Amino acid sequence: MDKLELILQEYQGAKRDSLIPMLQDIQESEGFLSENSIVKVGNILHLPTSKIYGVATFYNQFRFQPNGKFHIQVCRGTACHVLGSSTVLKEIEKKLKIKAGQTTRDGLFSIEIVACIGACGLAPVISINGQFFAKVTIDSLTEIIESFRNKEK
Amino acid sequence: MSLEIMIVKIRIDGKYYETKLGKNLLEACLELGLNIPHFCYHPALGSVGACRLCAVKRFKDADDKKGHIIMSCMEPVTEGMIISIEDADASAIRAAVIEGVMTNHPHDCPVCDEGGECHLQDMTVMAGHNYRRFDFKKRTYKDQDLGSFINHEMNRCIQCYRCMRFYRDYVGGKDLNAFAAHNYVYFGRHENGALESEFSGNLVEVCPTGVFTDKTLKKHFTRKWDLSNAPSVCVHCSVGCNTIVSERYDSLRRIMSRYNGAVNGYFICDRGRFGYEFVNDEKRIRNPKIRINKNEKQEEVSENNLILTSLTESFSKDKKIIGIGSPRASLESNYSLLSLVGQENFYHGISKREYNLTKTALDFLRSSSVKTPSLKQIEKADVVFILGEDITNTAPMTALAVRQAVRNKPKAAATEKGIPLWNEYPIRNYTQDSKSPVFIATAIKDRLDDIAEKTFRGSNADIAGLGIAVGSLLNDEASTLKLSSNDQQELAEKIALSLKNAKHPLIITGVNCGDEEILHAALNISIALRKNNPEAMLSIALPECNSMGLAMLPGKPLDEAISIASNEIIDTLVILENDLYRRTTKESVDVLFEKSKQVIVLDHLINKTSQDVDIVIPVSTFAESEGTLINNEGRAQRYYKAINNKDEVKESWRWIGDLIKLRNNDQSIPWNNFDELVSSLVNELPAFSKLKEYMPDADFRMYNAKIPRQSLRYSGRTAMNANIAVSEQKVAEDNDSPLAFSMEGQGEQPPSSLVPFYWTPGWNSVQASNNYLDELNGSLKGGDPGIRLVESNGENKSSYFKIDSHTVDLQKNELLIVPAYSIFGSEELSSAGEAIKQRIPEPFVYLCEKDADIFEFKDNDMITIEIAKSKIELKVIIENSLKQGVAVVSVNLPGMPFIDLPASGIFSKM
Repeated sequence: MDKLELILQEYQGAKRDSLIPMLQDIQESEGFLSENSIVKVGNILHLPTSKIYGVATFYNQFRFQPNGKFHIQVCRGTACHVLGSSTVLKEIEKKLKIKAGQTTRDGLFSIEIVACIGACGLAPVISINGQFFAKVTIDSLTEIIESFRNKEK
Repeated sequence: MSLEIMIVKIRIDGKYYETKLGKNLLEACLELGLNIPHFCYHPALGSVGACRLCAVKRFKDADDKKGHIIMSCMEPVTEGMIISIEDADASAIRAAVIEGVMTNHPHDCPVCDEGGECHLQDMTVMAGHNYRRFDFKKRTYKDQDLGSFINHEMNRCIQCYRCMRFYRDYVGGKDLNAFAAHNYVYFGRHENGALESEFSGNLVEVCPTGVFTDKTLKKHFTRKWDLSNAPSVCVHCSVGCNTIVSERYDSLRRIMSRYNGAVNGYFICDRGRFGYEFVNDEKRIRNPKIRINKNEKQEEVSENNLILTSLTESFSKDKKIIGIGSPRASLESNYSLLSLVGQENFYHGISKREYNLTKTALDFLRSSSVKTPSLKQIEKADVVFILGEDITNTAPMTALAVRQAVRNKPKAAATEKGIPLWNEYPIRNYTQDSKSPVFIATAIKDRLDDIAEKTFRGSNADIAGLGIAVGSLLNDEASTLKLSSNDQQELAEKIALSLKNAKHPLIITGVNCGDEEILHAALNISIALRKNNPEAMLSIALPECNSMGLAMLPGKPLDEAISIASNEIIDTLVILENDLYRRTTKESVDVLFEKSKQVIVLDHLINKTSQDVDIVIPVSTFAESEGTLINNEGRAQRYYKAINNKDEVKESWRWIGDLIKLRNNDQSIPWNNFDELVSSLVNELPAFSKLKEYMPDADFRMYNAKIPRQSLRYSGRTAMNANIAVSEQKVAEDNDSPLAFSMEGQGEQPPSSLVPFYWTPGWNSVQASNNYLDELNGSLKGGDPGIRLVESNGENKSSYFKIDSHTVDLQKNELLIVPAYSIFGSEELSSAGEAIKQRIPEPFVYLCEKDADIFEFKDNDMITIEIAKSKIELKVIIENSLKQGVAVVSVNLPGMPFIDLPASGIFSKM
């Protein structure tokens, strides 16, 4: 039995107030909410699919696409903001041609906005698969992204 | 509740007005004719105070100069209340709110389908937002494909949430929702696809801007102010919802709901709204057709006179003529046929089963003292018991009324707590899932199951049995009948107790289920209830728009005409707007046609009958003629023409008038116009005597002028015909109604039955209808249109029906079959339209898993069923709510032969 089935089994007979914990569990194990999993959640909680999407899209934390091979977390905390993290985010979005919360078509990169990753002294900071990049600039961003792309080649 | 009728005085901008205590202030002001801009408030949906647009200032007392801002939709009216609408602060707030709302709006009015009839446009002007200051990028969305009815254009959305409140809260839809948050709120489905609800079309009117628009109108788009409109009545089921039909360039462009406080209120169903496309069908019969020899093809004749001359012989005095009427033709057309052939030769064009059941229903409504509710009264019911009828598919708006009826219990609880009835969310939060009890007994799962307290699934005999048990529990005289199963007995007792304790109990049944036992059981329950409760109600769904009107005319069922044909030769057979292949078996129709020397059909649709006869006469549809329809409660309502007849097309009654002239062999005209025809009908048949009282004659004038069909903004009068002649063409005459094909005349507040469109200064959208009402959600000024012709005189003359339950012995491979109607597909006229065609299911049969296993059928298998010697092919759908031994088969879908259900049938693999 796969992980999704295990989670669903745990919630057999649950009521609609379990919706958000269920979605959180699924996202934790799968990395995102697939259409299939949402339909299955609906069957257990007796909720229409549209209702679940309504709840899930309301919160920024839920993703509907699997993470890319290289998951980029962009810090939008106060210190990073002051040092221009909004430009950093815009630049990454422009380079990868996707928005925050999405994954590139080739499945290589995905972007996530995070509130603070505790490295304010290094602001603006991004983290790719847990590896931190400090004081990023537009130029250094190009290098960083290219280096990851080359890794794949 | 008693507080609500207290009249109080309030002061608005220095003037005194009278209104009712406890009403919400916005509603009160709108009723008084004072314009307050508003968005999220809709009379049918109540107030939620979300949009903040209806801000006004309230003063504590006469000395208070400062005042404070309130939202008028959330404020109950109190005695001596002092408010100001024109106050500078309040106006500034309203202008700021609308400016905020408009920041992301694309301002694409010139290409928008809603333009010119847009609540957002009206409110922007009314609130005084003129110049745009937001100079940034607007947010944009991707739109969805919502099927063949509705177009989706999310960029125009202003996030008022009306669509959600209508779709989820009012009609109980599940597949439309709000997604995301903040500036990115999105209204749509979780994926592309048609909206599931049968009432989704009302989003077009509920949405204050152009997010949801009519896709059928988009195909032949016309600016709303260029439409020529007429008041009409829906012809697609027996409920008789009021509609507005609109024309441009001789084609029917769209249908909107027309407010009628007693019938459909603000809304109509999707079959009524999108089922009109058959009127514009290219394949419609527009010229007479003649076939000299039975083996030849029909040929078109271009001149009407030719047809009439060729018919002189067939209609001479010594010929035997038989006339077959139709439940989808107007009362007047049926009556004219009756006068042509005489009462002894007039046959209702419906099967014997349908004829008997409809007659039973009519006789009962006339003789018993049980109330027949209008839709508005159905909404007031506190306990509902539905027997055997799938009302969502046969009388959709009745189902919507039942959905509102379940809110009576929570509303009563809220009233006790002091929550006003217009205050929508507190009621919902306080009462949560509490509902008035609805009990549903049908063969298969029902669309209303989600609001039902208890459902019952069984064969027709089981449903009738449950009904009989409930009836006997309520009837003090009858010996109590015990059901064999304990569960069923418990359910019967529960239903009986609920009905007994209810203030306004309602029994709903119908003719469409085709079962006399069920109908009788339902009637018996209503008689028993009526003995102790004068408020007991009974609603019976009938098959077609004029089933009731036809039943009120003298005549015999179609089957008798066929038995005559098998004995003697008929000289001339006249069929009025009817496809006989839908009414009886092919063999029977063939006998009838073979034994008739000449068969004449008057129709507008090409169907099996009109393709296979000697003479076809082109007649007008509901959009091109006047007529009266009588709905299932016995309410007569008149529709008027929106399109002037062209080609050789004439109204059925006018053609038949010509035939009567041939028959009498003189030029004396039985009737010159519609009014004379109605007078003749009223004189001959006293059952219709009230008909003359309510509907204005054609000579009715307001300020010496006819009522214009076109708005003051109508454009292109000269230009639209410039390809024919550059001078302006003469306005077409309409001698049959008080309406004119013109923009000139008195358009202000015509009598309620003659309102061709809604417009008042400042209000171009459908919200203008509010200004035509006495009270919001109440009745139209001057009373709701329509007059009840079937009314019991309060005296109870009906007695209990004796029900003989007969069991059917099933042979090997046989199952009991009951009919399943489809809202899209089971009705003839609407099924001819493109938009509806895309929603028509393939012919199907529902079987439970156990039965399917016995026959070794799988889901989606094609199988054959033999019913009374005729074979049909159907697709299997496994549905476990069915009882074993019962199959549910789709009926009347295009391409399906006539099957007389309920019956038993032999199942086999293909």
